[in-house]
Amino acid sequence: MKNTSVDFKNQVTIKLADAKLQDALSRLQSRFVEGRSAVISEIHDLQETRDAAAGIRDRVLNDLEHWLLQFEQQATARGAIVHWAESGEDVNRIVAGIAAQHGVKTASKSKSMVSEECGLNDALEQAGVKVMETDLGEYILQLAHEAPSHIVAPVVHKNKEEISDLFAEKHQLPRKTGIAELCREAREVLRPAFLNAEMGISGGNFLVAETGSVLIVTNEGNGRLVTTLPRVHVAITGIEKVVPTLEDVSTLLRLLPRSATGQSITNYVSVLTGNKAKEDHEGPEHFHIILLDNGRSKLIGGEMQEMLRCIRCGACMNHCPVYQNIGGHAYGWVYPGPMGSILTPLLGGIEKSPDLPNASTFCGACSAVCPVKIPLPDLLRKLRVKQLENGMKSRQETFMLRAWAWLSLHPAIYALATRATARLLRLLGGRDKLLHILPGASGWTDGRDLPAPAGQTFREMYQQGKRK
Amino acid sequence: MNARDKILGRIRDAQNHARAGNQMDAIASHLEQHPRGPLPPPPDDLVACFSERALKLSSDVLKADHLAEVPQLLARYLNERQLPMRGVCWPSLAGLQWGAAGLEMQSRPARDDDPVGVTGAFCAIAETGTLMMLSGVETPATTSLLPETHVAVVNPGRIVATMEEAWDQMRKECEQPPRAVNFISGPSRTADIEQTVTLGAHGPYRVLLILAPL
Repeated sequence: MKNTSVDFKNQVTIKLADAKLQDALSRLQSRFVEGRSAVISEIHDLQETRDAAAGIRDRVLNDLEHWLLQFEQQATARGAIVHWAESGEDVNRIVAGIAAQHGVKTASKSKSMVSEECGLNDALEQAGVKVMETDLGEYILQLAHEAPSHIVAPVVHKNKEEISDLFAEKHQLPRKTGIAELCREAREVLRPAFLNAEMGISGGNFLVAETGSVLIVTNEGNGRLVTTLPRVHVAITGIEKVVPTLEDVSTLLRLLPRSATGQSITNYVSVLTGNKAKEDHEGPEHFHIILLDNGRSKLIGGEMQEMLRCIRCGACMNHCPVYQNIGGHAYGWVYPGPMGSILTPLLGGIEKSPDLPNASTFCGACSAVCPVKIPLPDLLRKLRVKQLENGMKSRQETFMLRAWAWLSLHPAIYALATRATARLLRLLGGRDKLLHILPGASGWTDGRDLPAPAGQTFREMYQQGKRK
Repeated sequence: MNARDKILGRIRDAQNHARAGNQMDAIASHLEQHPRGPLPPPPDDLVACFSERALKLSSDVLKADHLAEVPQLLARYLNERQLPMRGVCWPSLAGLQWGAAGLEMQSRPARDDDPVGVTGAFCAIAETGTLMMLSGVETPATTSLLPETHVAVVNPGRIVATMEEAWDQMRKECEQPPRAVNFISGPSRTADIEQTVTLGAHGPYRVLLILAPL
């Protein structure tokens, strides 16, 4: 997928004015935020479990080379073929090659954000392979030629009426209006695609090093269908998704669905190991696993390594006041919200996403809900520092930050300056104690008044309190 | 240099592990011990806990005193819902008196148009009301996937507390994991349209669990 995050600021203006989007985003709060909070407390010791989960991810990341080798060895021993890909183009080339090797013309696909990184569907169409997205959300997006706007609920930006119109137009069937009817129609339209596909493409939520298995969590059952019925299965995932043992994966599974959709467990958890045995009636004869780097290995051993703990639950975006107001498309690439504001610059180049590290209020909600305790605001701050050091900030912002730094290091002048400013602003506030215009802060005062300070600084008041 | 060597090389350089031997030992010992993380407190009554959780996830639960009662219970369940009285079952359940209960059951893997699929379960997990299914010649995965109604006959003696206990059970009874281990928790569902949960996406619309001692 093309990275258009450089256009973030323009997109924000557009998205804030989009009434339909704003209405759709309001559902995030009730379904995902409240949904998570209702079930996360089922975990007996949540903090201990989050610590354990972060520890499991760190154990792998701190020795990623050997855990990857362990996974590869086990997977290969069970008959899977492991491929390594440096970039999205590598993945596309490998999948097209597998399709050609097995004479595949049609593929059914379950949701994979890593495949979105690669733009796999377009590449396969060009190679003459017809790909059918089968996750309901992804299927809707494929019909509408749109990109996902959320990593768990890809079509969160669309309402029921838009989907009714889309189905009526594309399926050439009478327009349905109920959600259950729409789901039934999609099921019936997609059934033949499952049954006829020669190749199934899936992502992988985890790779289990102990057994060489690919683990996928799904609700719709499409993940099971695409990994059971076609004669070839291709699983595509990132190199960081390795987890040591089945026990470790069990700990992570207590957190992932609860954090993602407010479910104690997803409907299906499938642990797939090797290919069909001769006597089996079902299952793929060929199992290919593609491990994508695409910039991940550069983060190993550095100050941003913690980002690779991410298990893609989406809780950070559901709880982010920025995401809640602009949705996922504004972020301009596959991953939105706080995790995307870090991953997009890290994987795609910080110079291509100048606004994303700054698209945060640092309220800390993201790290408070992160199941693997990624210090997301800290990582965003490190990116901002990097921007400043590399001269990527505007001259005005650089000057302001330098001035602020100098002032902070000179307490006497700081006290004088803040005292003068507080008094001046009180005067400007006048009788209603509100500032209607403030030079240099029109971004604030254009839309609302700024309450004027009381006239004294905190330090002055503190001194007075001390004297009493 | 191929992609594999480049990727692994970059990681190796970044981590600069001087003593690879020790790293491998640490990995081997973690794999051997496969320690468990924090666990929920064990439930007082595994069967009651399993049933309660399964109901919460929209599975239906019935209890039978003997395995032989299963066909009658299923016939009544299907009748009440005006569902087709035919389907497929795992070979291990082929000996039940399906015909006497008015059911037409074939012992074979499921096809697209089979309305009912009857399976057993390797074990069940009380913590989440979940079935654990191991794929195999005698235990095809399609039976729990293609039909609109999935019926699982669960031996209450095979209900364990957690997924961790289920893995230990698998390690004890199987040389290696089967091609597919499927954990099933209720009927398939989607919430992709307006985040509204709808049962019956691409898998079964309903899951009936019949607790029957074997």
